[in-house]
This record gives sequence, structure tokens and C-alpha cells, in this order.
Amino acid sequence: MRIVMDREYCVGSGQCVLSAPELFDQSEEDGRVLLRTARPEPAAIDRSRIAVDLCPSRALSLADD
Amino acid sequence: MVQNRMLTSVSSAAGAEPPAFPMPRTCPFDPPAEYAALRIERPVTQVRLPTGQLAWLVTRYEDVRRLLTDPRVSSDREHPNLPLTEPVTPESRRRIAAVGRSLIGLDPPEHAPRRRMLVTEFTVRRIQALRPHIQQVVDGCIDELLAGPRPADLVAALSLPVPSMVICELLGVPYSDREFFERCSTAQLRRSIPAEERQRTTGELRAYLDRLVTAKEAAPGEDLLGRLIVHNRETPVFDHELLVGLAMLLLVAGHESTANMISLGVVGLLEHPEQLAQITADPAAVDMAVEELLRYFCIVDAQPRVAAADIEIGGVTIPAGDGLLIAFAAANRDEEAFPAASTMDLGRGARNHVAFGYGIHQCLGQNLAREELQIVFSTLFARVPGLRLAARVEELPFKKDSNVYGIDQLPVTW
Repeated sequence: MRIVMDREYCVGSGQCVLSAPELFDQSEEDGRVLLRTARPEPAAIDRSRIAVDLCPSRALSLADD
Repeated sequence: MVQNRMLTSVSSAAGAEPPAFPMPRTCPFDPPAEYAALRIERPVTQVRLPTGQLAWLVTRYEDVRRLLTDPRVSSDREHPNLPLTEPVTPESRRRIAAVGRSLIGLDPPEHAPRRRMLVTEFTVRRIQALRPHIQQVVDGCIDELLAGPRPADLVAALSLPVPSMVICELLGVPYSDREFFERCSTAQLRRSIPAEERQRTTGELRAYLDRLVTAKEAAPGEDLLGRLIVHNRETPVFDHELLVGLAMLLLVAGHESTANMISLGVVGLLEHPEQLAQITADPAAVDMAVEELLRYFCIVDAQPRVAAADIEIGGVTIPAGDGLLIAFAAANRDEEAFPAASTMDLGRGARNHVAFGYGIHQCLGQNLAREELQIVFSTLFARVPGLRLAARVEELPFKKDSNVYGIDQLPVTW
């Protein structure tokens, strides 16, 4: 499982950071998403799914590789 | 009071006059009863606005989220078919457009640079850093409440001053002017106040913020507006007029909506003492409780959009150029997204509500609002354990005529 982000779509709402702070951060410069790790530990997979669902601008998705 | 309500049926005869919008609330805690039947029978349906305009009302959660992320849906506040819930003069239309041009009325690609310049002020980290300050503000308000007479009006003692003080400090607006701007922003949102009066108070607030921005352009201070002005000198994104529009948007949205959520949340918690007991026993449960209160009360009923192309959704084709009303309050009560949606359940654990909207325009201040609500609810009931309403719920002055739902006064005692 891999987290895929498209920062062009990101509007910096921070919902990913609230859902899974161990996976996501926000840039100080423009508030956009930063990935701490693209491959969540098994324990964090549910939280990464929530982060993807809550992202208001669909900047996040999950890939199966 | 709310769970066993029968579905209010809606007429579905072809060619019938579309129902009027806004639809009235019949229960103070619930969105208009018609939404329940519409979600099932006609999830995307035409409604008639007070302006005489027709617009498509969208009530299902999935459809709401889909349209708010659809690039064919425009937020252009200057489009002649943008649904308006009240008749407007050309002058107030210009004002709506001017506020819209600063941020909320922009589509891609113009939207992103503006939002990004602002969003650094509202990142999760920045908002968390405000926590001790907000706690101080809340404690100060509760000190004064406890030192004052009983019963007290919680709106004046807590609901309004907390977000007002916080947004004033963040923006760099003098808190001593609060009576003036609170009156202006309340008036802006009330449909029962004559249009001329609303237009006049909006004009006064705009003139006030124009002077404030001008002063800050000469001497930018250590506040959001000051930082934007400085940042703008390097990367020009907001000119003077846009900054004034933006200041207006942030000031009004920053205190009015949070104030209403505080008041409604307090009533909701006092009306469900067994659920309130759960959060007073376990402070960690407050965060989830706030999400449920946001979903349940959903103070913004609907937001306007325009279809920029033909869009098929909910069994209909919305023609390009037609207005849309995206009903957040209806989506938040959709049983398919939230089982037993009409029940307030603080342990629900659902953060996927659309009380802050969805899509690129999702509320910029949502994390600030969350934090204010979390601190208020956890502090108020811990420090005033005997808090109770000093009026019956049915007697409370709910804002039935406001575009942002809430309560005007909230008499409490302890």
C-alpha cells in the first residue's frame, strides 16, 4: 500500500494531518501536504484511508503496490 | 422529539410549481423536514428562490461531495444565475461579487494562489500553537460569567466573545470595536432585516475595514492582515480591494459561525445529560463530540454554485448555466452516510460530515473553529458543572431567519 499525492490539487485544509499526523505534514510555505512516509505501517492503514476520504480536494489516493 | 418524525411528503407531480427555498425549520435542532423526503424521492430537484430564480437543490451526501469536487461546478459569485436567498440591489450584488473575488468566488486556476497564501495562517501546527491563548480567553470569559449575576446570557458572556477575541487578534482588528462589527455581521446574515438596512450596515463594515487595511498598508503589524500585506509586496496576490473583501469574509465567518456553534452545542449537550457525562468523564472524547455537534447542527444550510457545463447527477441533467444549492444540512442527515442520522450520538466517531463544506472551498478556518469548540466545551462543563438552561428549549430565540443558524440569546444559570 502506497500513498499517492498530487500537490497541485492540495488546498491545505490539513484534514490528513488531523487524521494521521505520523503520515502527513503541511508545508510552512504554502500549507500544502508533505508526506512523512509513502508506505504506512499496517497499523496506520485505516488512518491513511480516512485521510484520503477526508481530503476535500482529492489530492490523495492509495495505490496497491 | 426528532427520531420518530414521519417523512414529510413532497409533491412530485410533473409540472408542479417547484417548492420554495429556503425551507422552514419546524424543529429547532433539525434541518427543514422536507429534506428527508427529497433525499429519497428527488435528491436533485428544482426549487424557487425568493428572487424568483430557479435552482437545483442537492440533498444527498454522495451527490453533495461529488458536485463539490466536480471541476464543472463553478463558485463564480458574479454569475447572474448564482442562487441568492434574497432579492438584491445592483449595489449589494457588487458587494457579494467583491467579497467573492477575494477567495470564495474563485474557480481554478485563480483560486489556488490566493488560498495558499492564506492557508499558512491556518495550518494544523499554527492553530495548535494558539491553544494556550484560546484557553486563556475561554477561562477569562468563564471567570467573568461566574462573577456576574444569574441567570446570564451565555451568548454575550461566552459564545460571541471567545471567537470574536480570537479572530480580532489573529486578523489585527481592534477588539474594542466588537459591538460595531458584531452588529454589522449579524445584520448581514438576517433575512428578516430590511435589505436597505443590511446594505447600509455592510457598507459601514466595508468602510471600517477599508480604513483598517489602509492603516496597515502604511504600518503592517504582527497579525494576519499585516503579514499578508508584507507577503504581497514580494508576491502580489491581493490588492487593496481584495484585502478589504478578505478581511470582511474572515471577520464575519470567524466569529459569527463559531459563536452559533458554541450556543447550539451547549444546548445540545445540556439536553443530552447522559452524553454530556461521557465527555466530562473523558476529556479525550471532546474532539469526537465536537465533530458530531458540527454534523448534527450544521449551521450553514446550503451554499450556492453554478453548473459550468451539463451535469448528470441524481437522475437528472442539470443544464449548463443553471444555479445549484448544495445542501450541507441535508447531506449531514443522510442515513446512507450516517446511520440513525437524526440522532445526536457523540460517540459516533464520524469526521466525514460536510458542516465545513467539501472541495477546494472547504472552510479555511475549520481547524480554528474545531479548536475553539473543543476548548469551550471541555472547559465550560468542567468549571461550571451545575450549568443549566434558564428557559425552556422551545422558548429560545433560534435564528430562523438567518443564513447561518444559531441562537440570539441563551439564558443559563448554575
